[in-house]
Amino acid sequence: MNTISTEAVQGRPAAGLGAGTSPMGTERSRLLGNLGSWGLLSLGGIIMLVPFLWMVLMSFKSLDEVYTFPPQILPNQFLFSNYAEVWDQVPVARFFSNSATVAISATLGVLLTSSLGGYSFARIDYPGRNTIFLLYLSTMMIPFAVIMIPLFVQMRMLGWINSLYALIVPGLFSAWGTFLMRQFMMGIPKELEEAAEIDGCGHFRIYSTIIMPLCKPVLATLAIFTFMGFWNDFLWPLIVISSRDLKTLPLGLAGFQQKVALNTPWHLVMALAVVSVLPILLIFIIGQKYYVRGIVTSGLKGAA
Amino acid sequence: MAASAPAFPQGPVASRGGMTGRRRRNLIAGYAFLIPNLLGVLAFSLFPIATTIYLTFHEWNLSDTPVFNGLQNFVLMAGDSLFWKTLGNTFYYTFVAVPVAVFLAFWLALLLDRKMRGVLSFRVIYFLPHVTLTVAASIIWAWIFQAEFGLINWALSKINVDGPYWLTDSRWAMISIIIMSNWKGIGYAMLIFLAGLQGIPPELLDAATVDGANGWRKLRHVKVPLLTPTIFFILTTSFIGAFQAFDQFMIMTNGGPAFATTPLVLYIYRNGFAYFKMGYATSMAAILFLCILAITLFQWSVARRWVYGFDMDN
Repeated sequence: MNTISTEAVQGRPAAGLGAGTSPMGTERSRLLGNLGSWGLLSLGGIIMLVPFLWMVLMSFKSLDEVYTFPPQILPNQFLFSNYAEVWDQVPVARFFSNSATVAISATLGVLLTSSLGGYSFARIDYPGRNTIFLLYLSTMMIPFAVIMIPLFVQMRMLGWINSLYALIVPGLFSAWGTFLMRQFMMGIPKELEEAAEIDGCGHFRIYSTIIMPLCKPVLATLAIFTFMGFWNDFLWPLIVISSRDLKTLPLGLAGFQQKVALNTPWHLVMALAVVSVLPILLIFIIGQKYYVRGIVTSGLKGAA
Repeated sequence: MAASAPAFPQGPVASRGGMTGRRRRNLIAGYAFLIPNLLGVLAFSLFPIATTIYLTFHEWNLSDTPVFNGLQNFVLMAGDSLFWKTLGNTFYYTFVAVPVAVFLAFWLALLLDRKMRGVLSFRVIYFLPHVTLTVAASIIWAWIFQAEFGLINWALSKINVDGPYWLTDSRWAMISIIIMSNWKGIGYAMLIFLAGLQGIPPELLDAATVDGANGWRKLRHVKVPLLTPTIFFILTTSFIGAFQAFDQFMIMTNGGPAFATTPLVLYIYRNGFAYFKMGYATSMAAILFLCILAITLFQWSVARRWVYGFDMDN
């Protein structure tokens, strides 16, 4: 009560008169505000974290402990053997290596094609460039769900159904990535390469020795985004992959949960979920800076 | 014209010759750099688009040759109650989930846009669900919503509320999925809002303080107007994303009960890959695209009425 009224009284005149009287009041209300938001944020933070926590706890429980009401928060005994049991029931290592193969090769491919394309759009002047660039922009607007059937038909024509090629090859090219690289490369001063050009460097030399080293931050952003996108993708693998040994983690996880619909071993499902979530959370925490920067630039680019 | 060329002094001619050499080099290099990328985009974006147009006018079960059937796919669609039902579900999901998420994310960003202890950890915590596999998140939430052993009904029982059968009750299933989706997606919008808030020049806020504006008025008259481009960006991209949501529907309810949570994308998926009605499924995908396009264009067309600086950019 007291604080609120002082704030209301002091707010107006004090601000105009000078800093002399206001800091006390504003400082106090700032602290109160901080306390209030801290409370709200903690509450929300708990809601954000509880599902993760519950997943981890469930992965260590026995099936009986999972099916109890009221729920038992901690397992009587942490059953690390659950993880071994999942390994016995599904080829976790295969899922893992499939996911890694797809995500890593697609990421490398995207980095290469996008940086080359971005260089072409940003730093070489030639007829037809702007028209092609518009074409790129327009393909970015086609949602995946809209072309998934034709893309499936195409994979079938190529004989890539039930093969990792169907997951990797269409993923090697990214209009969005090209756009991101172009935007970044546009910002690199022209003088840098003019000097190199006088020295007789061709475009490829300029690209590989001058521009690419400067692009490290944006390459990191693009790499993290692409990797995560492929690691998490579910719909496309669901369409083109059917044999168990070619499944990626999300597909294997979904299959494991649904296959045993009646008596789902939820504790084991959660163990597999932990295995599939852990690497991506680690990558995020390590590459946080670049990921956040990527989101922020893509957000502001759209906004500004 | 050709005759006049030799009349020029030597300098420009020589340099023009140099220009064409350079131009040719640029032309070759430009396309050489672009070719791998361009081929990919042609093959995996433009070709499917062309196939889409072809398939919408055909009936095809994937094994026989496609049969031209004119606009029959669209006539079928008009009389297909499930098409309308699932399209309605997609709209319901989109127009409830997105505004709620944007609203919450905005407040979250306001709370996080201050200097205080722990603010960075909060940002990471709120963002974690966004980087989690949707499949894994859906599985976790399917259990949290589980009627007999789930966390939510347990929490509700603590305050003597008999929780509903969330995912198997057609009145609650969609709401459950919206809750899960917003849990997952809110961090992304929050982060973009936060970047927008931190991009507001501090002088503007100081000036408002000097003019006697309190917190609410600063929010209403400085922050919100300056953030309208960010809000616009998040709204347009979130709508496009929500229209395509698939994973959580497939995992949490598999579209049930009684199609209450089958979005159009899942219906398209079933028609294509379970019933092998490739032409019909593709036609519905085309309608999905038109819906997304219409909503995006609508947002652009009304943007200049409320988005700050929208006219100046164009």
